[in-house]
Amino acid sequence: MTEVKSPEVAAPPAQVPDELTPGRSRWHGLRPYAPLAALVVAAIVPYSTVNLPGVFEGPLNSPGTLQLLAICLVFGGLAAGYDLLFGRTGMLSFGHALYFAAGVYGTDVLVTRGGLPLWQAALLTITGGTVLAALLGAVALRTVGIAFAMVTLAFAQVGAILVARDFGGLTGGEEGLPLDVSGLPSALVGVANTVNLYWLALAYLALVVFVVHRVSGSPTGRVLAGLRDDERRIGVLGLDPYRFKLVAFTLAGGLATAGGVVYCLIVGGASPHVTSSELTLSLLVMVVLGGPGTRWGPVLGGVLYMYLDHRLTAFGTSDAVNSLPAFLSHPLSQPLFVLGTVFILAVYFFPGGLASLRTRLHPLLTARRRR
Amino acid sequence: MTEPVLSVENLSVRIAGLHILQGVSFEVASTGVTVLLGRNGVGKTTTLRAVVGLTPRNGEVRGTVRMGARSLLARPTHRLVRDGLGYVPEDRCVFAGLTVAENLRLAERRGTTPAYDKVFALFPELDRRGRQRAGSLSGGQQQMLAIGRVLLNDNRLLLIDEPTKGLAPKVVTEVAEVLERVAESVPVLLVEQNLAVVRRLAKDAVVLSAGQVAWTGNAQELLLETALTKSLLGVGAEVKA
Amino acid sequence: MSTVILLTLTGLGLAALYFLVASGLSLVFGLADVLNFAHGLFLGVGAYATWWAAGNLPGAGSGGFGFVVAVAFGVLAGALVAVLVELVLIRPLYSRTIEQVLVTVGLSLAGVALLQATWGADARPFPRPAWTREVTSILGANVPNAGLLLIIAAVLVLGGLLAFLRFTRYGLIIRAGVENREMVTALGIDVRKAFTLVFAIGGAAAALAGALGGVYFGTVSPGQGGSLLIFAFIVVVIGGMGSVVGSAYAAVAVGLLQQFVNYYGTSGLGDLCVVGLLAVVLLLRPQGLAGKVATA
Repeated sequence: MTEVKSPEVAAPPAQVPDELTPGRSRWHGLRPYAPLAALVVAAIVPYSTVNLPGVFEGPLNSPGTLQLLAICLVFGGLAAGYDLLFGRTGMLSFGHALYFAAGVYGTDVLVTRGGLPLWQAALLTITGGTVLAALLGAVALRTVGIAFAMVTLAFAQVGAILVARDFGGLTGGEEGLPLDVSGLPSALVGVANTVNLYWLALAYLALVVFVVHRVSGSPTGRVLAGLRDDERRIGVLGLDPYRFKLVAFTLAGGLATAGGVVYCLIVGGASPHVTSSELTLSLLVMVVLGGPGTRWGPVLGGVLYMYLDHRLTAFGTSDAVNSLPAFLSHPLSQPLFVLGTVFILAVYFFPGGLASLRTRLHPLLTARRRR
Repeated sequence: MTEPVLSVENLSVRIAGLHILQGVSFEVASTGVTVLLGRNGVGKTTTLRAVVGLTPRNGEVRGTVRMGARSLLARPTHRLVRDGLGYVPEDRCVFAGLTVAENLRLAERRGTTPAYDKVFALFPELDRRGRQRAGSLSGGQQQMLAIGRVLLNDNRLLLIDEPTKGLAPKVVTEVAEVLERVAESVPVLLVEQNLAVVRRLAKDAVVLSAGQVAWTGNAQELLLETALTKSLLGVGAEVKA
Repeated sequence: MSTVILLTLTGLGLAALYFLVASGLSLVFGLADVLNFAHGLFLGVGAYATWWAAGNLPGAGSGGFGFVVAVAFGVLAGALVAVLVELVLIRPLYSRTIEQVLVTVGLSLAGVALLQATWGADARPFPRPAWTREVTSILGANVPNAGLLLIIAAVLVLGGLLAFLRFTRYGLIIRAGVENREMVTALGIDVRKAFTLVFAIGGAAAALAGALGGVYFGTVSPGQGGSLLIFAFIVVVIGGMGSVVGSAYAAVAVGLLQQFVNYYGTSGLGDLCVVGLLAVVLLLRPQGLAGKVATA
């Protein structure tokens, strides 16, 4: 059956809690502490000089590796925030990249063009992004289902146009806008300080996971889950679906904006790529690959997706791939081809994503143990 | 008594986690009208839709449904219909944007001659209004169209869901007359709330209550027992109509 | 005056492009409830197949009758890919709307990447007959012939589609299915055959848009479909999902609005106005201009 078809399950990166480990009985009592342990492990990664050939290009504490890990962590958090909409409330938004881009460009423009100190820029940006999400959500949520998806897509397109056309010369258009680092706190500037950005990204991820966890466990979260399963039933209870959905949309938008602020610092600027609809589609891929509506699935999906997206490029130009015949090596050198294909297979054979692996593998494992 | 045309055994339907039907069993005789009764929300429509294979995607159907020797569940709706299971849904569901003639034409099938003369003899109105949009017909006319659409082909059994719902009293009588004539040639499983219509048409009755069969037997006998009718169907006013 | 005529005709050319993409999207969505993100891929396939045929296919070329053969080859390729997508990827997920959208999303990512892997990310010059590079003088305005070609093609496709929907049995099934798919099956019709057909039609129209868009822009690149697709989505929503006529009206409105505002306002402002139009239409008429009816 489908359980065995799990081609894309590479070893999860070290900082992700390894929920998939067999031998659950002893593990069980320790499970509540697992996230904490994972956080500690992730936090001390920069002190490790371990070299993982093939997995990363340099040792773990090299700036290049830390930057890649930081990007992965930000997207883990971004995917977890997006899951608040898709996996937990059942809203198919195709415009989530807009709020992320608002965070990236908001910070960049306020710091570089406005000359504001970072903390003011970040505060203004996050407030602005949240308000933007509330306003656009208020309009978009008048529609449901597929129409909602299209409207959010169209709104995000406005963001892409605004950035690309460079109104008022603020965004740098197609070229993007490098961040002016002269006014930034020195701890966040320079290759040697990449480790601080890594910790910042980790803190962002932890914050998003914490918020999403708290929200989904609250009465509001149960209403959201009810909306996902059957919106009419919530209406019958006398609750207004619109208001609950707007709360979720605004919160997710705010979290995405915060992620944009962090991302802007990590990559040191903004490029129009972050406004593209492709980015939202990628978020959807991350969440579905990881397992929508689960606590760690989207995080895992986001981290793994960004990791693969970066590493597959290197893999595509490696000798192993180049020695293949052209009809194989060319597609394999396109990360999106590989990820898109894996995604399609996942939708068919893996509806619960990576997070469902444990429950799917469980019967197999126990069967083997009994033997 | 002859073989039943339809036998339903232990039919259970769960939709979005809710048990709508729980182990429903009954038979539909090969002649006349069998009426499916019960209060609102007991699962009458769900039963018909499960028989014809139209349970929604988030639903789960268990049990057996047989038409003759053939098992119906798990076969696609269009095959069941081509095998002679005619279905007239609740609220008529005519295609409002299509003309009357187009609505009828849609029911034509390759390899068989559509029985237009039969349908137009029953409903001369449909012939006259061929070019009119179905959405602009009155409720009664739409019901005629929905029934006529099914009668273009030969059927072994008709499933008709609340054909008199929302119609004016005079039109209700017209629809009942038509159904009486239809039932002369083909067995009907009818969901109907109007007990006057039931009294006029039904031979057998199956009463559902909370997703289970509460009573089966002769329909006329059921109607005579006022107390029973009242407890099962909760009706008073309609029975006098 | 001549500026207005020029803008009107170039706006209509743009509208023609939108219509060719949106009509198929709209029918696919109206009938099968599939929001097809892979539609841009069909456009890309059409463009690249035409480009390839003009250079490699015997009998095809970049001028005269050879060009017609090349375009026909592109359209056929688009239709074929669309049918394959429907049969292999969409059909097994019948009525699981969200999964279907996800699959088309994956397909759009992977498909564009595949085009890029095969023919490179850079735009390539598109083969086109010499006369399409020239202009025709209409009431004092010099209108590019490629734009006129697009308009003529879109009008022919519109007419053909309407006749198909109006006069054929499958057209009848599609119109009925857009209204109430379940009831079509309850009349004994296998509606899935109509799905495949609608995908084929949509794929062919999108491929034609790809080929003629290549002529219009003069180049072909893997990402071309994606940017057009978003405006096509907007056209579909404004026009009402499932309505070919609605798509046509909405395409004209969007194309003209974009062209005029981009010319008289700042460049890019027209694109924003289009999204504004979408918001206004949705607030006033959430079901779009035509509602969910396949009008013919």
